[in-house]
Amino acid sequence: MIMAIIEARDIVKRYELGGDIILALDRVSFRIDEGEMLAITGPSGSGKSTLMHIIGCLDHVDSGSYVLAGEDVSQMSQRRLAEVRNRRIGFVFQTFNLLPRLTAIENVELPLLYSGQKDARGPARAALETVGLADRMRHEPNQLSGGQRQRVAVARALVTNPAIILADEPTGNLDSKTGEEILGLFESLNRQGRTIIIVTHNLEVAAHCRRQLKLRDGRIVDGVPAGGG
Amino acid sequence: MLFWIILKVGIKSLLVNKLRSILAMLGIIIGVAAVIAMLAMGSGAQKQIMDRFTAMGTNLLTISPGQRGSHGVVSGTQQNLTLEHAQAIANEVKDVTMVAPGVQGGVQLKYLNKNTRTTVYGTAITYFTIRNMEIDRGRAFSEGEVDRTARVAVIGPTAAKNVFGENDPLNEMVKVNGINFKIIGITKAKGDGWGSPDDRIIIPYTTAMQQIFGIDYLRGIDVQADAEAALDKVQADVKALLRKLHRLQPDVEDDFEIHNMAEIRDSANQVTSTFKYLLGGIAAISLLVGGIGIMNIMLVTVTERTREIGVRKAIGATEGNILAQFLAESVIISGLGGLIGLGLGIGISKMIPKFSPMTTLVDWSSAILAITVAGSIGIFFGFYPAWRAARLDPIEALRHE
Repeated sequence: MIMAIIEARDIVKRYELGGDIILALDRVSFRIDEGEMLAITGPSGSGKSTLMHIIGCLDHVDSGSYVLAGEDVSQMSQRRLAEVRNRRIGFVFQTFNLLPRLTAIENVELPLLYSGQKDARGPARAALETVGLADRMRHEPNQLSGGQRQRVAVARALVTNPAIILADEPTGNLDSKTGEEILGLFESLNRQGRTIIIVTHNLEVAAHCRRQLKLRDGRIVDGVPAGGG
Repeated sequence: MLFWIILKVGIKSLLVNKLRSILAMLGIIIGVAAVIAMLAMGSGAQKQIMDRFTAMGTNLLTISPGQRGSHGVVSGTQQNLTLEHAQAIANEVKDVTMVAPGVQGGVQLKYLNKNTRTTVYGTAITYFTIRNMEIDRGRAFSEGEVDRTARVAVIGPTAAKNVFGENDPLNEMVKVNGINFKIIGITKAKGDGWGSPDDRIIIPYTTAMQQIFGIDYLRGIDVQADAEAALDKVQADVKALLRKLHRLQPDVEDDFEIHNMAEIRDSANQVTSTFKYLLGGIAAISLLVGGIGIMNIMLVTVTERTREIGVRKAIGATEGNILAQFLAESVIISGLGGLIGLGLGIGISKMIPKFSPMTTLVDWSSAILAITVAGSIGIFFGFYPAWRAARLDPIEALRHE
């Protein structure tokens, strides 16, 4: 029996912009199963980023329900959301977003430290070994190449053993060869059973995923049926 | 440990902007150093004054004649204190250990071709005990010398230096207003400055009254009580006795004044304390300005690191974590600044006596106070920027360029 890791029902998100109400997400429903590798695509302004923020628990929904790993997070307080982000979600950003003054391993340790875990060194080392950077642990971000930085970022996303890894244009700042390597890394993590969601407008990147959610004007135009949902 | 990471990130980000961190710290350094140096100067002055009082003796009442005149118009000093009064106080008032009559005035001292002006003090031998005057060399005059109006003098070291220069004054003859006196003793130096007894020549009161001033009344009477605790009672008794001897009616004001050294000392202590905290308070304003400097720097830092704050929030930092991170940085600035300021302040306090007649005294309570205040300033002025950082919306923060 395949478990649903994300169940979204009738998610609505509105923005006010210069007096106008913009409907960024218009009753969006979908389901993502454990172990999936999925791309969320769509042109800019399609609501892709808004959906990523909601999936990533960075933002609230205005209505509808969002259940992440069996927990309804749609009405949680900021403090609880920080905890959910820490435990359930591993973020990978386009611009890597490593903290500049910490070494690779310290960057990877940080989510564990925020969750109050005492021994962060061991899991951080294991995560860096998983992404193939065992020999770069003591380097600071500015001593690493773009591809290596993104690997550190992936290790940081992995280290808390999250329900989903949420990557926002993870290859956007990399050359195509390095980008392919990072996507290969995601594919191998997926083969190990990790649920991976990649938000991208790049169709080549999306092609690496078995399923795509295509958004346009705040609605899903393709990819809704998943697992018969 | 999260604590060490916070500390490490704090120190590292301060090191990245070294000049900026040092400038922010400078305000606190100067503030703390100023507070410590000012309080040290105040404490030093206070101690100097208190030492002077101790040197003069604190179980002491000084009686002086009242002002002559009426309705606030002063036309001179009363001539109503006499040897009989001094004798009566010594005999009749309980708890009085010693009494010293006194006459004084400015005189011309002459030795060889050297002239100087000083104060001559005519008194009894009890004076040396009451006023804690110690004889450095030679001796004090005796009761016999007082009785036979001997022309002998004990000289203070400052007066001695002024009139004798490098010569040894002991057993030399000196002319006081043209009359020859033999120097039989030199007092120990008590220190320059306010009320210094070093620029003075002390002779028997009999000689002073009859031969120098030609008067039959006293300029003052020193009364020593046997303990500071008895001073108030002795003062009241002396007052009652003098009123009786002067035959004053109950509704008539005193025609003499009694000064209680312990009271004078206490009020002087109060004045110098007030003065000290006034100085410290003025210096503390610079600490406040330093705090505003820290707040300014921290607001800039928060703006610069908005994106970093967004990342931290995305990976699960709570508002409390972010708040702690930025508070740590402002407390490091102010705490380190406080420590450097403490060193600088103590250094300045040690240097001041080398270049000026002032004495300084660093008391540790003020040092601890200054450091505590510096740390609190870090928390107080760092709080608003840190709170702004903590409250940032993670989505906005992540979009920040």
